[in-house]
Amino acid sequence: MGKEKRELTGAEIFWECLIREGVEVIFGYPGGYTLPIYDALTKYQDKVRHVLTRHEQGATHMADGFARASGKVGVAMATSGPGATNMITGLATAMMDSSPIVCITGQVPTNVIGTDAFQETDITGATLPVTKHSYLVSDIRDLAHSIREAFYIARTGRPGPVLIDIPKDVQNAKTEFVYPTSPIVLPGYHPPRRATGEQVSRALEMINEAKRPVILAGHGVLISGTANQIRELAEKGNIPVATTLLGIGSIPDQHPLNLGMMGMHGKAQANHAVQNADLLIACGMRFDDRVIGKVSTYSPKSKKIHIDIDAVELNKNIKVDLAINADLAVVLRQIIPGVRVRKHAHWTRKIKEWIKDADRRDILNKKTDVLIGAQVINKIWEGTEGKAVVVSDVGQNQMIEAQYYGHDEPHTHITSGGLGTMGFGLPAAIGTSFAVKDREIWVVVGDGGIQMTISELATAVQENANIKIAIINNGYLGMVRQWQQLFYNARYVETPIYSPDFVKVAEAYRMPGYRVDKIEDIIPTMRKAQAHQGPVLIEFVVEKHDTVYPMVPAGEPLHEMVRRPHVPSDAKEN
Amino acid sequence: MQHTIIALVEDKPGVLNRIVSLFRRRNYNIKSLAVGPCETPGVSRLTIVTDENDSIRQNLVCNNLLKLINVIEVEDVTNVPTVIRENVLIKVQVNAQNREELKNIAKERNARIVDEGERSMILEVTESVGKIQATIDVLRPYGILEIVRSGKIAITRGDDRPEIKNGVAGRGTESSRATEQVNNYLY
Repeated sequence: MGKEKRELTGAEIFWECLIREGVEVIFGYPGGYTLPIYDALTKYQDKVRHVLTRHEQGATHMADGFARASGKVGVAMATSGPGATNMITGLATAMMDSSPIVCITGQVPTNVIGTDAFQETDITGATLPVTKHSYLVSDIRDLAHSIREAFYIARTGRPGPVLIDIPKDVQNAKTEFVYPTSPIVLPGYHPPRRATGEQVSRALEMINEAKRPVILAGHGVLISGTANQIRELAEKGNIPVATTLLGIGSIPDQHPLNLGMMGMHGKAQANHAVQNADLLIACGMRFDDRVIGKVSTYSPKSKKIHIDIDAVELNKNIKVDLAINADLAVVLRQIIPGVRVRKHAHWTRKIKEWIKDADRRDILNKKTDVLIGAQVINKIWEGTEGKAVVVSDVGQNQMIEAQYYGHDEPHTHITSGGLGTMGFGLPAAIGTSFAVKDREIWVVVGDGGIQMTISELATAVQENANIKIAIINNGYLGMVRQWQQLFYNARYVETPIYSPDFVKVAEAYRMPGYRVDKIEDIIPTMRKAQAHQGPVLIEFVVEKHDTVYPMVPAGEPLHEMVRRPHVPSDAKEN
Repeated sequence: MQHTIIALVEDKPGVLNRIVSLFRRRNYNIKSLAVGPCETPGVSRLTIVTDENDSIRQNLVCNNLLKLINVIEVEDVTNVPTVIRENVLIKVQVNAQNREELKNIAKERNARIVDEGERSMILEVTESVGKIQATIDVLRPYGILEIVRSGKIAITRGDDRPEIKNGVAGRGTESSRATEQVNNYLY
């Protein structure tokens, strides 16, 4: 076992370790208690690029976006105290969506920890519930192996955020640098691998006997890189696939077996299929409440197989008949050879009827004078040939993006699903731009969400991030307004939101900005944006009171969707 | 219904906080908690008693405990033949008239007298929880000044070490060892 020996400071050891983890970009904001690390960066600038963000929350979302787009661990850094607490939202976002990020925080020197020193926060304590694991490195001899473990834990098993808190004196201390090359030993951490033979044969029995099966594809499909296997399973057994919000891209949008997104704002055919199925094969998803609606009426006629790498998710929200705690990639390899080729003609016909009904209600059929959000997304899809990576924010913009941008490949749809973090979109797209060079990157964000992290426009310009920002401006916090409309008697309390002139904002940040309020202007404006190498902002002024349909009211049965009425006389088919 | 959980955890700073924090997050009440070293150096053994009724939630807490990086093994021993003991120290009032009487009670109740003062004595009882309660009830009329209890400690019966898998009983999946080569990238 080779070992390299040199006397280095903690700050230097930090960078040495990061480089050995393959880190090429780090998003951060310096401060008093990370000064030694920043000073040491001068020696490593040829190997690592540091991106100065405008807020530490932005740094965490950038690391998150980078991680989701690349499959590598994203890294963010902040100083102690307020810098560290600003990271909490980003950590929670990554935790909920199983995103592998490592966040570094500076800390006050070890001799004053616990004395309420200037800019001191117990950040390992504060972030306990929103991290997969965390380290407070109080001895320089622990630094190298802690960083190594942190990256290992972040990316393996069910990925998640890991925080490393490094006191300033540890950054300044010197020690002989011995990079550990021995295997990482964590006695309590053994991500599961295979399903047992018994589980495989039971699963096959259930799959081969089913008459109305549905595959539920979640984020785990993307994380485990099994989109092709899911497709193989679906095609072999003729099993339709419904995805979660984060599972979008598990199966090509136009694939005949794709039902689309399920759940609260899912496609009607997906929800009907789930409710009428006799078998659910849940792959790398967690039966989130936005996916299942009312627990007691959820898919009542089905047997359920649930495959997840996280044992906690099994039998948590939905009781299943067969729970397999294993790596999805391995399980699918075990199962697929035994799946019988089936037609499921009756089931397929039924699904086609639901799809036909949904098409008749499609808002795209509606002719209006004002822009409709869905039409904007549809045009963005058209104008990018469905090939862009789209990073959406949270709210109506997120749901219409999920409904109307047909994603064909994994990792081309990035959004904050579990935590629903407004303000995620712009910084996550900046992070994505460091991972994705061969595709367009579009941000779909509301007038509310953009204002939460609008300061990162400066970061986008500074880094010349090649992102196109589509602000869907309806003058409201649209999703909350929609709930007020449907459940609070249309009392729009504090949801109309004042916005600046976004085009002027763009100009002030020295980036091109456009405003579009007619459908025929969408594509030409997009062409201008696409021709520009670097960030561009387009504000789409859309219908104020548009509602996202279908909608399953929170806690209601999944099949009781509030539907958009059939689009009348001016519909396409007439 | 009370549940008894045994957990083996790494003996490192902050680990107990992670465990207790988990119970707080899931809104579980801990009835008793006993921590100490066990037969393996560097490993602490916990006996945790909760009053969770819902078996699904109970299972969830075991899985959640296991998910903590520093937790090595977890077993719910509620329905397993187990020796459960608790150690209790009781300071009871005493006077010249009832001193002998109390000494007899101590003898009958298998309690050791560990300290005798002029107006009080301290009894130590290590028993099952039911017997401890009975002793406390008998002593109460004499005037109990203080009680301190260790919390329950549990060990499963039989010759073998209980089969505490890295997982809840019956799940039976193979685990990868941490030493296994893991790809640098997720996909």
